[in-house]
Amino acid sequence: MLSVPVETQILFAGILFFLGMIGLLVRRNLVFMLMSIEIMFNSAGLVFIIAARHWNQPDGQVMFIFILSVTAVEVAIGLALILQVYHHFKTLDVDAIHKLKDE
Amino acid sequence: MKTLIALIPALPMISFLILVLFSGKLSRKVAGWIGAGSIGIAAVLTVIVSVDLISALPEIKSYQITLWQWMSVGNLSADISFRLDSLSLVFCFVITFVGFLIHSYSIGFMDKDEGIIRFFAYMNLFVSSMLILVLADNILLVYLGWEGVGLCSYLLIGFWYKEPENGTAARKAFIITRIGDTAMIIGIFILFLSFGTFNIQDIMHLASAKWVAGSSIATITAVLLLGGALGKSAQVPLQTWLPDAMAGPSPVSALIHAATMVTAGVYLIARTNVLFSLAPIVQGFIAGIGALTLLIAGFSALTQHDLKRILAYSTISQIGYMFLALGVGAYSAAIFHFMIHAFFKALLFLAAGVVILVLNEEHDIFKMGGLRKKMPAVFWTFLIGSASLSALPLVTAGFYSKDAILWFALSSTSGGVVLWIAGIVGAFLTALYSFRMIFIAFFGEAKTQPSFQAGYLMTIPLVVLAVFSLFGGFIELPASLGNFHLFSNLINQSLPVVGIKNVEHLEWLFQLISSLIALSGIYLAYLFYYKKPVFIDSFNHSKIHHFFEIGFGFDKVYDILIVRPVVWLAEIDKKDFIDQINISISNMALIGNEVLSIAQNGKLRWYLLTFAFGIAVILTYMMTK
Repeated sequence: MLSVPVETQILFAGILFFLGMIGLLVRRNLVFMLMSIEIMFNSAGLVFIIAARHWNQPDGQVMFIFILSVTAVEVAIGLALILQVYHHFKTLDVDAIHKLKDE
Repeated sequence: MKTLIALIPALPMISFLILVLFSGKLSRKVAGWIGAGSIGIAAVLTVIVSVDLISALPEIKSYQITLWQWMSVGNLSADISFRLDSLSLVFCFVITFVGFLIHSYSIGFMDKDEGIIRFFAYMNLFVSSMLILVLADNILLVYLGWEGVGLCSYLLIGFWYKEPENGTAARKAFIITRIGDTAMIIGIFILFLSFGTFNIQDIMHLASAKWVAGSSIATITAVLLLGGALGKSAQVPLQTWLPDAMAGPSPVSALIHAATMVTAGVYLIARTNVLFSLAPIVQGFIAGIGALTLLIAGFSALTQHDLKRILAYSTISQIGYMFLALGVGAYSAAIFHFMIHAFFKALLFLAAGVVILVLNEEHDIFKMGGLRKKMPAVFWTFLIGSASLSALPLVTAGFYSKDAILWFALSSTSGGVVLWIAGIVGAFLTALYSFRMIFIAFFGEAKTQPSFQAGYLMTIPLVVLAVFSLFGGFIELPASLGNFHLFSNLINQSLPVVGIKNVEHLEWLFQLISSLIALSGIYLAYLFYYKKPVFIDSFNHSKIHHFFEIGFGFDKVYDILIVRPVVWLAEIDKKDFIDQINISISNMALIGNEVLSIAQNGKLRWYLLTFAFGIAVILTYMMTK
């Protein structure tokens, strides 16, 4: 079986996390921001898998399943909120939505 | 019987507490009746106690009651204790009786005012403080009452506090009287240092035993106490606050700035007369100040346009007479004039209050005119008050009281011709300005129409006071006219008798002169201000008229000599070194706030970026370590 060094694997996860964060920073649309957060979540999950493989322990995989379920819940709530925001403001631009800030 | 004495000042105090604590729950009517009723009961109690004390005279000269110990530190101790003698009795009677009339008048006068409960609370506190002042057994308690009446005077001058000028007038009164009060408390300290007690009777006995007449310590103490009296009684040079104090409601002017509080200085000097007799120079000085004040205020009253300001200057002038009498040692004449003055001056102020109220806050006498037919009740009572003020011979009380002062100014062993002439000129001025008011405001054609008629609550006190202004004088008749000395016999139970030169057989002559002077003043007022006003037109536009009108320029002099240098110093001091340090600290905090608040801009991505940047820094640090 082809073995990839663990450092490369971690680096891959890191790049994935970084991409997600870039997406979060540059995107203004809430849906895309949510997707970027998903990417970051998954990169974090990937690190758990890599660690489980590396030490031959099942705990990491268990943890990944936890993360997966939490992510599912978070997406459900996030999408519902986005839907409400769109209904309310007729836009998904985060910079236009700053009603909590006192002018 | 003794416990009743304590109730006299306690009742208004209780009423004050009720009005303050339940001000939200009381209706306006009830508040007025509580305020006036408590004074009414105090007046009844005063009468009961008076009858009891007078019937016990001369065996028992005073009633004394100690309620509790006020404070005790080392060898300094003071009690809450009252002492009622004939001097306190007269003051108590005037305070409660005139106070009751003024309070009942106020129920009608303040009817439309939203602050009526506050008004009665302050008035009751005032009456209570004033009664403590005159009943106090020790001089520290006198000082407590003294400051209490000063506080109430401040609160009531600035009663309509929404007008900034009223607040200024209130502060002026408070600060100027405070100058005198400071001198007085230093005098009290000297007395305590010398004798180790605050009790007035003990101090007087010890002073006459230990101090030599004319010694410097007696003179200094007398001057310091006199300072307090001058401030409170608005005598030269501390008189400038009283005309401005007319910013308060008219009942306040009547009660505080005419009948009672401003005579506290007279009471103080009469009460501590032993000290002043030990300092003959100061006593002569009092007579001089009285003569000077009555002239200055008389001339000023002659030129005022504001009805209440005329009365204010007239008050200063009449208290000048009392000081003149105190200065020549004629204590009973001073106290007699105080009592009669309280009647007719309260009457004049209350009547002026009615006039001003029904003319919708019109103060200028030249805009009144013709009020004689519009409000006859006010006209007749005001006329009686003015006649009493200008000492109309034989029929008015003012004649008997003022004539006694004029007579003693000449005939007393420490009196003299100069003082008598000043008094006579003052009497002429008094008659002139009193009837100037009458002829300008009540005769001629009407220039302002009254908006309504005053109710019975306001007119009945006027009538009662008018009766006293006419007949109150008959309790003390001079030797040439009946020789009846009820009042001075009473007062001489607690104050020394005036020494007289051997000129008694001439009394009728000087009475005739002063009567003629008063009548000629009234006639000239009729001539100048009613019949032929052209006579005084040139005077009305002259510089001297203006000089009189601004009260001899005392305010201007004080402004240049004291107010401006102090303001200038404060202006410089505003930017001193310590302030710079304090200001720089606050500035640094402000700058830090501005810098940091840039980060709090509400932009989500900005937060995220700084967050990521922070993580990057931490990670880099951990890796390179």
